[in-house]
Amino acid sequence: MSILVFAEHDNSELKADTLKTVAAAQAIGGDIHLLVAGSNCAAVAEQAAKVNGISKVLIADNAAYEYQLAENVSLLVTELASDYEHIIATALTTGKNFMPRVAALLDVAQISDIIGVESADTFVRPIYAGNAIATVQSLDSKKVITVRSTGFDAVATDGNAEVVSLDNATDAGTSAHVSDELTVSERPDLGAAGVVISGGRGMQNGDNFKLLDGIADKLGAAIGASRAAVDAGFVANDMQVGQTGKIVAPDLYIAVGISGAIQHLAGMKDSKVIVAINKDAEAPIFQVADYGIVGDLFDVLPELESKL
Amino acid sequence: MKVLVPIKRVIDYNVKVRVKADNTNVDLANVKMAINPFCEIAVEEAVRLKEAGTATEVIAVSIGDKSCQEQLRTALALGADRAIQIDTDQNLDSLNVAKLLQKVVEEEQPQLVILGKQSIDSDNNQTGQMLAALTGLAQGTFASEVKVEGDKVNVTREVDGGLQTVALNLPAIVTTDLRLNEPRYASLPNIMKAKRKPLDVKSAADFGIDLSPRSTLLKVTPPSERQAGIVVETVDELVEKLKNEAKVIS
Repeated sequence: MSILVFAEHDNSELKADTLKTVAAAQAIGGDIHLLVAGSNCAAVAEQAAKVNGISKVLIADNAAYEYQLAENVSLLVTELASDYEHIIATALTTGKNFMPRVAALLDVAQISDIIGVESADTFVRPIYAGNAIATVQSLDSKKVITVRSTGFDAVATDGNAEVVSLDNATDAGTSAHVSDELTVSERPDLGAAGVVISGGRGMQNGDNFKLLDGIADKLGAAIGASRAAVDAGFVANDMQVGQTGKIVAPDLYIAVGISGAIQHLAGMKDSKVIVAINKDAEAPIFQVADYGIVGDLFDVLPELESKL
Repeated sequence: MKVLVPIKRVIDYNVKVRVKADNTNVDLANVKMAINPFCEIAVEEAVRLKEAGTATEVIAVSIGDKSCQEQLRTALALGADRAIQIDTDQNLDSLNVAKLLQKVVEEEQPQLVILGKQSIDSDNNQTGQMLAALTGLAQGTFASEVKVEGDKVNVTREVDGGLQTVALNLPAIVTTDLRLNEPRYASLPNIMKAKRKPLDVKSAADFGIDLSPRSTLLKVTPPSERQAGIVVETVDELVEKLKNEAKVIS
């Protein structure tokens, strides 16, 4: 039984989430190959070769895959599919974008966002924004799966897998990349950070998010936001933690001025330790927080920064 | 140009869903239902394209039993011109939904299909991409901006690192993210008018597609509950607890 895992990367670095997705593949069991599709992405293949638990890295290095457009990447994966019983990607925006296309081209269903593996055909996944957990058995011969990385522990990176170059170069010719507007940050990725500090509507405006900077610096934390803060235009969409934003599960999650809507809780309630800072003692966030401070964030934040 | 908007009837987003005692599924009996929020954004975007003179006709389509006509009437009240209900009692996988929609696309030949990126019940995030694959069309998922320019549509997408803009050949498939627009409220006169707009009913069985399920739902359980912790009085106490009790900072 062979498993193809799609590697998440930006043509220079392998994303840490991939290590968790490989762990999900290991839970299924079988010979695991890691696919690196991109352009000038040899550095990624080198990092991928060190991932434990895989036997082979396939690298498809071609201009057609530079931006991982769904139309092109789905054709590439479909071309490779005949050798595999499971095709797996991380449930981040790239995987979410192209994987259902792969499933449809193969005429199989997709099992999205799994957080657990019961057997080679049975998987556990959240539904209704995490308010229910479904156990689903796939009836298809090939399984197309996306993995919610917070459900699995990363594999180590001291392996030495063989790297095989592919000459696939399929360009569907129906779409083109125009531009990126990516946030440049010195801070760790939300998905990979051990500590996340997030601001909500209570931050009142985008400028006040600077109050989180000092604490984030001291803790090596990533900075996130609630949907309310993003919708209000305080900060960019890529900072959103929640059901429709990023799903995180750091060791420490600090929610500042966040009431704790279901939608937000779905994105962070698997964090190991949750701290809530909110002036409303009745806010639902306190029902999931290990430690809460009822108080004005504009007083609490500077004090917290000074005492860390 | 014609715009097709597939919509889904789901539990109202304000309702907290409960798992049935026998763990077979969630309990939807007597629960308030509504148009899926992402689908509502899709309807709004299509209507705005029509108001801007870009679209000529907006067609809403929904797959389900007769009750989904309620959501189709909502779409008509928001400004869709006509509606199609594909009648079935089955709870269909995204792939089967996409196969039915593919037939509707073949019949109606829309230049743009706008769907919600995911439904808030199954949280699959699949149908739009699958429809794009089956029709061989380009896709712009998780859209926060849609601009039709000549024979292309530029879609700005919400991606992990920020925003990405792609240019798609028309016809194309777009799926909506939260910040694409803020849907309007249907006015009373428009709700009344919607009752007279055409709503066709077709039987799913007439499409000649094998709609057998691709997966079995073995069980549904409530998520593990987090216990509420303690409220600390001072920042000093918080820092002390994080260091010595939780041991998450040093």
